[in-house]
Amino acid sequence: MSDASQTASHASASIRGLHKSYGPVDVLKGIDLEIDAGEVVCLIGPSGSGKSTLLRCVNLLETPQRGTIEVAGHEVTDPEADLDLARRSVGMVFQQFNLFPHLTVLENCTVAQTKVLRRSKREAAEAARRNLELVGLTDKADRYPDQLSGGQQQRVAIARALSMDPQLMLFDEPTSALDPETVGDVLAVMRSLAERGMTMLVVTHEMAFARDVADRVAFMDGGVIVEEGPAAEVIGDPQHERTRRFLSRVLNPTGVEAPED
Amino acid sequence: MAMSMRQRQRVSRTVQYAVLVAAVLAVALLADWPTLLGAAFNPEIIAQQFPGIIVTALKNTIIYTLLGFVVGVVGGVVLALMKLSSVAPYRWLATLYIEVFRGLPALLVFLAFGYGIPLAFGFRFNSYVTVMLALGLVSAAYIGEVLRAGLQAVPKGQMEAARSLGMSRTRAMVTIVIPQALRIVLPPMTNEIILLTKDSSLVYLLGMTVSQYELTKFGREGISATGAGLTPLVVAGACYLVITVPLGILARRFENRADKASR
Repeated sequence: MSDASQTASHASASIRGLHKSYGPVDVLKGIDLEIDAGEVVCLIGPSGSGKSTLLRCVNLLETPQRGTIEVAGHEVTDPEADLDLARRSVGMVFQQFNLFPHLTVLENCTVAQTKVLRRSKREAAEAARRNLELVGLTDKADRYPDQLSGGQQQRVAIARALSMDPQLMLFDEPTSALDPETVGDVLAVMRSLAERGMTMLVVTHEMAFARDVADRVAFMDGGVIVEEGPAAEVIGDPQHERTRRFLSRVLNPTGVEAPED
Repeated sequence: MAMSMRQRQRVSRTVQYAVLVAAVLAVALLADWPTLLGAAFNPEIIAQQFPGIIVTALKNTIIYTLLGFVVGVVGGVVLALMKLSSVAPYRWLATLYIEVFRGLPALLVFLAFGYGIPLAFGFRFNSYVTVMLALGLVSAAYIGEVLRAGLQAVPKGQMEAARSLGMSRTRAMVTIVIPQALRIVLPPMTNEIILLTKDSSLVYLLGMTVSQYELTKFGREGISATGAGLTPLVVAGACYLVITVPLGILARRFENRADKASR
């Protein structure tokens, strides 16, 4: 049996000079970011720094005012581009899961396959079951989302996105709305995706995940990327004062002085 | 002397029962039962109402209600979409319509239809068309608001998730948002049908022939017959309850199911 995530071609993405403002408020002030095929990039930074907006721009849930975004060599920000077509190659996982509550777990994973990709019911169900297996939830296929825990729902959301055979996966704080004991399961699924070579852009506050799984980490603050580099360097040895301040607050929230290393 | 919480609850409950018993006794003792029963529940007159009350009046009430509901739902869908439109004049128009038709007594709208249309256009519609339009235009205002609220009650993330899976706006509306909105609006929509059933009694204002009588008109004609008393109206009232009570039960069922689904 072939595995969807291994047969899909994984794409690179390239963001250049991206600007986004809401009225007078500049949220993104010129973002440049390259993501190579098969690479995992984590976006970290304080709330309101524009991380989620950047992610939503890549999926065109927000329209940037200036700048370009290319996914797999196709410019998705081109006004002539077919948005629905562009979105198909990009999977998105939301903080609040956003599963469809009126559909079963399996239907959540098949509805877009049959309605958008025009796959047959059987074909769609097969792909869905493969991906549910990947996230460890084959036994929940006939349940409804509200019968699952938060962590299980988020894993279904990952399986749903994977069922469209995306070339790039976006994660918008996927564990922020979860009970602490279910965070690990979701992170484990994301880690296994990374190991399978999926291109991933992840907004997260899980520093351990960023350090262990990400190839690169970008620290954002005030609508710009302040610092960017290999995960171990940005998190282990930040060069900028703002990065250092943020990391010390996140890694040591009670304010006890961390030992120098 | 201070009472404990439990004592106070017991006293309060005793008082409530006492008031209830007193009210029932007062009605039972003070009303002139023989006269009332003779005037309102006369078995002979009850028998006379059949089969006309069923084959004409009840049938017409149901037909008028359904016709009005169809127009109301179509109009309501248009109004709801207009209210959610990104084009401002559409929103204003829909708001204006809803405020006017919801704010006016249905009686006035029916009078306007009964007298206004013949004056304005010099002809009368077929009476079924007039009924359909008059009832439909009034209920569209209410149904439009119910549908708008239902669509807006579906979280924004549902549309975003559907779009991020590559669905077009229309596809996402049809497959994801509207099915969820329908569940939300089922109970209030059932209420709308109940209200519409009762509003259909205003159809008499449009003028009608005997074969077009609905329940209220049929009952009113009945009591104008000599010696009939109130009995025909009581029978007509019972017929309304035959329609509305099951609808009410249905609405509660829907509500329970919706509660379970959104637990």
